[in-house]
Amino acid sequence: MATIVLDKLGKRFPNGFWAVKDLSLEIAEAELLVLVGPSGCGKTTALRMIAGLEDITSGDLFIGGTRMNDVLERDRDIAMVFQNYALYPHMTVSQNIAFSLKLQRRPKHEIKERVQETAQLLGLADLLDRRPKQLSGGQRQRVAMGRAIIRKPQVFLMDEPLSNLDAQLRVHMRGEIETMQKDLGVTTVYVTHDQTEAMTMGDRVAVLRAGELQQVDTPTTIYDHPANLFVAGFIGSPPMNLARGTVERADGDALVRLGSSTVPVPAELVRSRGLDAWVGREVIVGIRPEDLEGPPDDGPAPGCATLEATIDRVEALGATLLGFFTVDAPPAQSESIAEATGGGLDEVALITREGTPFCATFEPRSGLRAGDRVDVTVDVRRLHFFDPETETAIGS
Amino acid sequence: MSTAAVTVGPKIRARRRKRTLALVVKYAALVFAAIVVLLPVYVLLVASFKSGAEADPSRAWALPHVWTLDAWREAWNGDQYGLLPFLKNSLKLVIPATLISTFLGSLNGFVLSRWRFPGSDLVFLFLLFGMFIPYQAVMIPLTQIFIDVNAPEGIPRLVFAHVIYGIPITTLIFRSYYATIPEDLIEAARMDRAGMLRTYWSVVLPISAPAFVVTAIWQFTSIWNDFLFAVFIITDPSKWPVTVALNNTTGSFVTPYNVQMAAALIASLPTLIVYIALGRYFMRGLMAGALKG
Repeated sequence: MATIVLDKLGKRFPNGFWAVKDLSLEIAEAELLVLVGPSGCGKTTALRMIAGLEDITSGDLFIGGTRMNDVLERDRDIAMVFQNYALYPHMTVSQNIAFSLKLQRRPKHEIKERVQETAQLLGLADLLDRRPKQLSGGQRQRVAMGRAIIRKPQVFLMDEPLSNLDAQLRVHMRGEIETMQKDLGVTTVYVTHDQTEAMTMGDRVAVLRAGELQQVDTPTTIYDHPANLFVAGFIGSPPMNLARGTVERADGDALVRLGSSTVPVPAELVRSRGLDAWVGREVIVGIRPEDLEGPPDDGPAPGCATLEATIDRVEALGATLLGFFTVDAPPAQSESIAEATGGGLDEVALITREGTPFCATFEPRSGLRAGDRVDVTVDVRRLHFFDPETETAIGS
Repeated sequence: MSTAAVTVGPKIRARRRKRTLALVVKYAALVFAAIVVLLPVYVLLVASFKSGAEADPSRAWALPHVWTLDAWREAWNGDQYGLLPFLKNSLKLVIPATLISTFLGSLNGFVLSRWRFPGSDLVFLFLLFGMFIPYQAVMIPLTQIFIDVNAPEGIPRLVFAHVIYGIPITTLIFRSYYATIPEDLIEAARMDRAGMLRTYWSVVLPISAPAFVVTAIWQFTSIWNDFLFAVFIITDPSKWPVTVALNNTTGSFVTPYNVQMAAALIASLPTLIVYIALGRYFMRGLMAGALKG
């Protein structure tokens, strides 16, 4: 078990491209840290630098207090699970799992014992004589895990280990890996592009964009207090609604104007975010879909604001109903949002009307249909504000 | 009405006729090509079963009046033309030369594709140049070097020459094959604490069979069929490989065509056998790269 410290880690490829820039992270003993970001954000490169499969261009890497920059991968005591499992095709399951112990020249009976133990743990006991070809995707994934676990290493590295599984199995394995990691107490770095995986598995989540760390914190903090527009757009599904608005002063309180609508901002939020300084200026306002709800049965709660909405489109997810409507405020168009959300929102805006598409959640049995006019309740305590210039969260 | 009449529309019938015609043309062309290729083999075969008097170029196309195995016997183990000792020489040459050059190619291919070092591309480029150096260009320097280093005479020199000359092509085949092995696999071995040789031995070598078959067939064939190296490297006639010996079945005054033809067939049998025995692996190996992924 060991801590991992990345101190201004940088990676430049021979073509001059910096895949990772000044990445600093401290990963505690037995912690599961998730590196998340869209493809090409440098998360895998960072992981490979920790593994020793990529040279470190700048900065320092410490594992268990020892500087590892120039230590060979095999001397780092790290086990890695690969995206495609990378099982040795000519070896049986048990040979695959035992390979690293064999190389360490452990006594035969110990190897046998540990293979059995690992196989039990992973439910592979009946498959030990099979070859990878004869296994299903989920079983292969387990063998890959087994190969890592049997080593009892200081550190686990996992590179999108679940991305080749189908959705149901993925959810299942997510839980298994998490439980196993907690039981074994091995410091783990887990790379994924799937923000749901990041949110559900990580003790902490580090969001990367273009090789730069955007925010690192617990999943809840990242979700509730995204540090900038990119994190706000990337974490959460469906993504946070973002539009341009202006902060105005009204009767001693502040409100935010979004196109033709206004939303009052509670005094507490004004104070904590220092919104006074933004009166009369443009900000980017964010609100998560679950903080935009259909009208409650007993009328709007006091202190809540409402937005008048004409529903453009409805998506029934079973447990909830998503209603899409357009707010006549300019969209928060920015490169980082496009990158975070895969560029989807801008296109939606083009095919609907001028303005910004918003998504709100409704009661699944509310019978909402496209074309309906409804009052959407805004949970004003959950408003997010971003500086349109720097794109960072205001007052956090 | 016990059976339903099958009615076929005129359009479909016309299309079928067209397809049949195309098939006939295609097969006719193929048969013609096959005949062109096989004609010399036919002459070779029939001549080898003729007696010495009958085997004359003027009657090359005719079947023998009397079928005899005399020519085969003479070519196999006769006093004057018997190839047997030379076949043994060839085997002594081709087996080690094939195995060594194939194995070296495998090692090279692995390092140049999957365990790269700075400048490995350049090294590969230089290795490839070796393929384009004609034998004739190295005849004299090679002989001189053998003399200078006092290399053991005879077949060992020939083995050495073929191993060296084989390295470019064997390296090329293995490098292409290893390029199809997922990089993950090598990295997994590295993470499992395997070094370069261990990775090669335990992970890469066991999955190299298709490339080994392709390379071995290739090397076996070209080394077996080589003539020029043997002629200038081997000075002692008793050490000649079969290709050189075959050339010398041409007498200075009379040419025993029947024996020569039988000898030619005997000399080419091993490559044929190797190809027939391993041919399907050959195709599989050639296509392994294309189908992976």
